[in-house]
Amino acid sequence: MTTTTDLVSYEDALASYDPVMGLEVHVELGTKTKMFCGCSTELGQGANTQTCPVCLGLPGALPVVNATGVESAIKIGLALNCEIAEWCRFARKNYFYPDMPKNFQTSQYDEPIAFNGYLDVQLEDGEVFRVEIERAHMEEDTGKSTHVGGATGRIHGASHSLLDYNRAGIPLIEIVTKPIVGAGERAPEVAKAYVRELREVIKALGVSEARMEMGQMRCDVNLSLRPNGTEKFGTRSETKNVNSLRSVERAARFEIQRHAAVLSSGGTIIQETRHFHEDTGSTTSGRVKEEAEDYRYFPEPDLVPVAPSREWVEEIRSALPELPLVRRNRLREEWAVSGTDMQAILNAGALEPIVATIEAGADAASARKWWMGELARSANESGKALDELAITPTEVARVTELVAKGDLNDKLARQVIEGVLAGEGTPDEVVDKRGLKVVSDEGALTTAVEEAIAGNPAIADKIRGGKVAAAGALVGAVMKATRGQADAARVKELILEKLGVSEG
Amino acid sequence: MPGITREEVAHLARLARLELKPEELDHFAGQLDDIIGAVARVSEVADQDVPPTSHPLPLTNVMRADEVRPSLTPEQALSGAPAQEQQRFKVPQILGED
Amino acid sequence: MTDAIIKLTAAEIAAKIASGELTAVQVTEAHLARIEAVDEKVHAFLHVDREGALAQARAVDEKRERGEKLGPLAGVPLALKDIFTTVGIPTTVGSKILEGWIPPYDATLTKRLKDADVVILGKTNMDEFAMGSSTENSAYGPTGNPWDLTRIPGGSGGGSSASLASFQAPLAIGTDTGGSIRQPAAVTGTVGVKPTYGAVSRYGMVAFSSSLDQGGPCARTVLDAALLHEVIAGHDPMDSTSIDAPVPPVVEAARNGSVAGMRVGVVKQFRGEGYQAGVVQRFDESVELLRELGAEIVELDCPSFDLALAAYYLIAPSECSSNLARFDGLRYGLRTGDDGSHSAEEVTSLTREAGFGPEVKRRIMLGTYALSSGYYDAYYGSAQKVRTLITRDFEKSFEKVDVIVSPTTPTTAFPIGERADDPMAMYLADLCTIPTNLAGNAAMSLPCGLAPEDGLPVGLQIIAPALKDDRLYKVGAAVEAAFVERWGHPLLEEAPSL
Ligand SMILES: [Mg+2]
Ligand SMILES: [Zn+2]
Repeated sequence: MTTTTDLVSYEDALASYDPVMGLEVHVELGTKTKMFCGCSTELGQGANTQTCPVCLGLPGALPVVNATGVESAIKIGLALNCEIAEWCRFARKNYFYPDMPKNFQTSQYDEPIAFNGYLDVQLEDGEVFRVEIERAHMEEDTGKSTHVGGATGRIHGASHSLLDYNRAGIPLIEIVTKPIVGAGERAPEVAKAYVRELREVIKALGVSEARMEMGQMRCDVNLSLRPNGTEKFGTRSETKNVNSLRSVERAARFEIQRHAAVLSSGGTIIQETRHFHEDTGSTTSGRVKEEAEDYRYFPEPDLVPVAPSREWVEEIRSALPELPLVRRNRLREEWAVSGTDMQAILNAGALEPIVATIEAGADAASARKWWMGELARSANESGKALDELAITPTEVARVTELVAKGDLNDKLARQVIEGVLAGEGTPDEVVDKRGLKVVSDEGALTTAVEEAIAGNPAIADKIRGGKVAAAGALVGAVMKATRGQADAARVKELILEKLGVSEG
Repeated sequence: MPGITREEVAHLARLARLELKPEELDHFAGQLDDIIGAVARVSEVADQDVPPTSHPLPLTNVMRADEVRPSLTPEQALSGAPAQEQQRFKVPQILGED
Repeated sequence: MTDAIIKLTAAEIAAKIASGELTAVQVTEAHLARIEAVDEKVHAFLHVDREGALAQARAVDEKRERGEKLGPLAGVPLALKDIFTTVGIPTTVGSKILEGWIPPYDATLTKRLKDADVVILGKTNMDEFAMGSSTENSAYGPTGNPWDLTRIPGGSGGGSSASLASFQAPLAIGTDTGGSIRQPAAVTGTVGVKPTYGAVSRYGMVAFSSSLDQGGPCARTVLDAALLHEVIAGHDPMDSTSIDAPVPPVVEAARNGSVAGMRVGVVKQFRGEGYQAGVVQRFDESVELLRELGAEIVELDCPSFDLALAAYYLIAPSECSSNLARFDGLRYGLRTGDDGSHSAEEVTSLTREAGFGPEVKRRIMLGTYALSSGYYDAYYGSAQKVRTLITRDFEKSFEKVDVIVSPTTPTTAFPIGERADDPMAMYLADLCTIPTNLAGNAAMSLPCGLAPEDGLPVGLQIIAPALKDDRLYKVGAAVEAAFVERWGHPLLEEAPSL
């Protein structure tokens, strides 16, 4: 476990080898009940409170398929441009493990419900890469074990384990890519972008919240290298349970460097399971099994085939929501932003906050301006994601509304946002508490303008002479005098009026 | 058909999680060999172009609505457990990791 | 009194309880007394639920007193094969691995029996996990055949058949994966029906081979079997393989037995080497009787049946190797070796080694082999092709005939111990019953006389197409009536009194 792994630099690895990746993603569906029984799937309940004879694998219990589970699988298949099987079956994958009550997993084997699709993913620079999908199939989750007695709660050194089967039987969709070739040095980036896009698709379909930190979406990264210019795939490693977007990228990168080190020193890669470690960004070898797994798959005799009618499939297809890539392209056009700007929005995680702010009444340009400006800066400083900031899209929309009405100017609006982020209340409350209001009292403004002209005769002369641009300095003086609470546009108007100059 | 060896029996026993005693290995090797020799007759039809029947009923699409049904209570769920702790099934140390 | 009650049929008992001539408690007590008196010798029961049975009986009597309508089997005692889960009552499947297990849920069949006010006397002995044809594979010792206690009562449902033949219960439940209802019925001179696959819910019936297992009624008369059939059959949303269609009119058929004008098939493959002379003789007489009763006899050729036994001994072990994987000593049942020195994996292996008997291990090993990579196509895959061919042979046959008849089993009851360590010899007992399980259609066994050479019962098997279970009862009732008339009394009256 503690032996350090030899690595070669990423650049050197890519100079000699071409990475081939396969990604297997398990998505836990957000159905109300489990895949084969009526137990609730609600999270966070007491141990073994959501089990029944079926999901505990009690003698005599039998499974019945959850129709919504099948429908969700078809939705995912269609969104991934797959063909939907006219007839398919469940199969038993036989292996013993304490978290699996029947000691077989009810899964699908050679007859997946969806197959032969693709997902287009956009990389950070906007380039689109097509990831081919081999299959998406239905299966069930396992229970959860807690290891007791070991120093770190890990399996090693534990004296015994405790099993909670609440999770056992929750529907899973396993989505498997075809070998991803041709990504070259961008392979780790493609892996991350694929998982992110897949997550967006799943969320858009409403079939799962796909929260990786909650284990609702889990990724296995299979990776092999082949010498540049050769066709034959190398031996792959299977890195299990890589559970964040960043980790997906790091795991792929690490494995490329590790494989390259082994291969370039004349060694051979053994096909094995590896575990990814978040803390170090490295992988270590799983337990070596004495014998190759033999899952003895056979058709599940307790279930009958699933044969989705073409009518049903078309009905589901026609009710699919707009998919993320299509939506992004639509929004880009509606907002009239460049591809680069749109990519910046995506990379910043600002898309959904901007959409929500627009839905709450803001105009697109203002919504974008605040989220990509002030708020992005604030998020950056505090190391948070945009949607973790203490301000809601509705509040941002309110700020833009106050600006549009002339109650706030940009400078004041920034202070309002600052106040909301600091927990001082809603935008209106912050305006009240901090006394942030544009000075619109003409008398007070006129006095301030006259004082500014009197205090800056040289500038006033320039303006009178036609250099309208010089008015900025006087505006600045007025704003300073009113502690920023004046409407800058009105101030400029008054200055020009007093000096008898008209703009343009 | 090749005879089934003691080693093969041991391999099957490991797959099936049966801690067979040495004398059982010998005994089963002989019996399994006899039985497999007899049932191997089915391969007479291996090259016939007939679809396999995995199920006697021609049913499809038997599904249930996604509606919650009552679960067992944890006491019922754990009622047969050889050992339990913290409302969980207590099992000896688990060796494998996946 | 007791003696008179225990000889009654289920139909008679129900009628007497409904009319008030007998109370359900009287009936139950009479049967409990009989169990007390003879079961030490027979060993049909693994568990007698005295208190539960009496409570159920009292509830029936109270219902009647309140003037509520009683079902057709209300208050009739029944012996339940120990393969169905029963809340609060141990369910062992004849195995050490489930010794003392008390299920937290009722099987659908158990629920239906309770809902019909059938009185469950207890749980009957069986071959471990229903694997066997003699009940010698029970971890709790063998059951004796009431005709000759040194002989086997058939299996796997030997406890159920023996309970009927020894008048410990008028009704019993069996399960039939390769003949486990019909073969015990045949060798004990009782009636047993394997309904069409999917007719009786498998929910809560501990699985042996999922695509073959089918629960069904056991009784001493065709009508009693029909009455029980009607109670336990019907769609169950908890079993995906349950037939969603009305139950065929089995009781009506049993009340109107007739074979006049029917075409009855006799399959060439169901005779020859291995068939006892007396069995063949009684079978031939049965065919002759059918002809006399107005049936047209048609000779049938079903070549694929010769491969049925081989296909069965691949499919059933394959499915069982997977179905029995859940018995790992972690969540319920036996746990062996948990002394702090063994891992969970080791404890599982030690538990299974200690908890399963030799036949169960043998079949798990055989199934593991048949499913393993490299062998799947040759064995499991081919066996499933055989299944298709057998189904086709049946389909072709049923274009020409309404039912098929055969001996139920090639021999009469053999002595306990005779085939105990010769699995291949044991497997031959199911030669005639297995094709039906593979195809999923319905079949019945009923007594057709005693073999002249040993004086033991011989069973006649009637096979009907899937979903046509009523034909079994129509033909069975006619044959039964004709035989009883010929013999002057039901066959069981010739059994020793114990
Ligand atoms: Mg999987
Ligand atoms: Zn459940």
